[in-house]
Amino acid sequence: MKKKSLLTLGLLLALSVILVLGACGNGSGSSSSSSSSSSSSSSSSSSSSSKALSGKLTLGGSTALQPLAAQAAKEFMANNPNVQIDVQGGGSGTGLSQVQAGNFDIGDSDIFAENGKNIDAKALTDYKVAVVAMTAAVNPKAGVTNLSKADLQKVFTGQVTNWSQVGGKNVKITLVNRSASSGTRKTFDQFALDGKTPANGITQDSSNTVKKIVAQTPGAIGYLALSYFTPGDKSVVALSIDGVQATEANVASGKFPVWAYEHMYTKGKPSALAKAFLDYMMSSTVQTKDLSAQGYIAVDKLTVQRDATGKITAK
Amino acid sequence: MKINRAAIAQAPGKSPKPSLLREKGLAKGLIDHYSETRGKIVIYGSALLMIIAVVAITLFLTVQGLRSFVVDHINFWSFITGTTWNPDQSIAGKVSYGAFPFIFGSLAVTLLAAVFATPVAVGCAVFMAELAKKWGQRVLQPVIEILVGIPSVVYGLIGLTVIVPFMRVHFGGSGFNLLAGALVVGVMILPTVASIAADSLRAVPDTLREASYAIGGTKWQTIWRVVIPAAGSSLVTAIILGMSRAFGEALAVQMVIGNTNTMPHSIFDPAATLTTIITLSMGDTTAGSIPNDVLWTLGLILLVISYIFILIIRMLSRRRNA
Repeated sequence: MKKKSLLTLGLLLALSVILVLGACGNGSGSSSSSSSSSSSSSSSSSSSSSKALSGKLTLGGSTALQPLAAQAAKEFMANNPNVQIDVQGGGSGTGLSQVQAGNFDIGDSDIFAENGKNIDAKALTDYKVAVVAMTAAVNPKAGVTNLSKADLQKVFTGQVTNWSQVGGKNVKITLVNRSASSGTRKTFDQFALDGKTPANGITQDSSNTVKKIVAQTPGAIGYLALSYFTPGDKSVVALSIDGVQATEANVASGKFPVWAYEHMYTKGKPSALAKAFLDYMMSSTVQTKDLSAQGYIAVDKLTVQRDATGKITAK
Repeated sequence: MKINRAAIAQAPGKSPKPSLLREKGLAKGLIDHYSETRGKIVIYGSALLMIIAVVAITLFLTVQGLRSFVVDHINFWSFITGTTWNPDQSIAGKVSYGAFPFIFGSLAVTLLAAVFATPVAVGCAVFMAELAKKWGQRVLQPVIEILVGIPSVVYGLIGLTVIVPFMRVHFGGSGFNLLAGALVVGVMILPTVASIAADSLRAVPDTLREASYAIGGTKWQTIWRVVIPAAGSSLVTAIILGMSRAFGEALAVQMVIGNTNTMPHSIFDPAATLTTIITLSMGDTTAGSIPNDVLWTLGLILLVISYIFILIIRMLSRRRNA
């Protein structure tokens, strides 16, 4: 009896070890690229636009880009009934990891792959499909609509704790951050705070929650993409920085500094189907209609460009 | 119920077509409705699947969670006791991995939630099992079941729109704090604790109650001095089960606790728990990177503490049966 149960236990252990090792092969993606079969079945013939597209695409990653990707996917599927596109969220890190592992055909990210950890940027092809700008969102009771960059940094690094110290009302400052590794936060830290670390405050993982908290907490300040500030909405104030309003025009002319590219990455060369979808993303339908409807800015409109290190040059 | 197999087998229309397969061996075991083998395979199979799942999850999490120490060479002791959490090098400042604030936050929320929930839950249980047996069964039981069924997001939303502003107005600060988290979780585990506690009170033999009445005990004395002490260790089991539920709750807590990386100095300070940090940061880290590995390690810590809860429950029930 004893022997038998021991044997069963041994078998069990062996089985689960096999299971775990199998899972690890996918999970802890070592930087060596695993040759996994991509799920997209592109048509075997050379892609020509006249040929009907069919197959399945999986996109995922950045939640900032998700609404746009979902909208474009919907339109693309309407034009090509034999194509199935899944758009998933999960965060920029997930997008980069999963496209590198071959689980996503296209990985969405707010950050350059060069800045992702354990990501081999050379193995990925970068498509900049949009620009997203963001600014600080302030509760109206704070009484500020504009801050100099230096003051903004003082607010976020905790050097000032009351709005009266930076020209507002006598209200205590409450910081609302995104989690340390989110793409939105990295962009804000790099270009609004010039790389300074924000003081500890409340941390939330979604822009909608941040907006809700800033709207209901007197003296709260967070940061949101421009699409979250709608013209008639007085619940939160979109802060101007150094007197420059956060508008599309100011981002395009390079006056307003807090913006980032929205990237779509493929592993190596895209398949015919992925290429067709990326072409659609860059088509005038998406770039003029969908982008502005959802508060993104087209890359073409910018008179400046930025590289992975954050250096800005004129186009 | 005894089934007369012979009668059924000979019933008209039920008789199976004779075939070679059915008469012999394995196939017979799988096809025959009353076969011993088929039942055994199904039952043993499900048991085996369950065990494999648990062992596999544990092993997987262990392998992933130990990467921080084995592959990334983070000092285990400083990970457990350090109080500064800054896992991301792209942000200025020194990188450090001190998970103690989260371990403390998890335990604090769990304990506080148990403190809030236990008196109310035991009260409900006494009401259902001892005082208003009919009425309690008909009214309170469904109410408690409804509470169990409410998704945690709903609790979190209510916490965010009701509890947080209340805290801000009455206790100052931003309103996001440990206490808010503990209150929300306390309400969430109430039904779990109440229903298990009611079962354990019902399990107390009536002879004890009758003996108490026989020597002149009042209803209240009987409940307080006889029934509750007799159900003691199963009541504790109920509380610990509730606590282990509280310990793993992420969503509702995340919405009201504030999720700061620092140690809270009072229950009116914002804090974070192991679960909220994992759910907040997992999507933004890339697989195999150090910030991702340390999150797995937090998950492993969660699992280990949950196992400790379970061990305590096992020990208590063993003591009860001895």
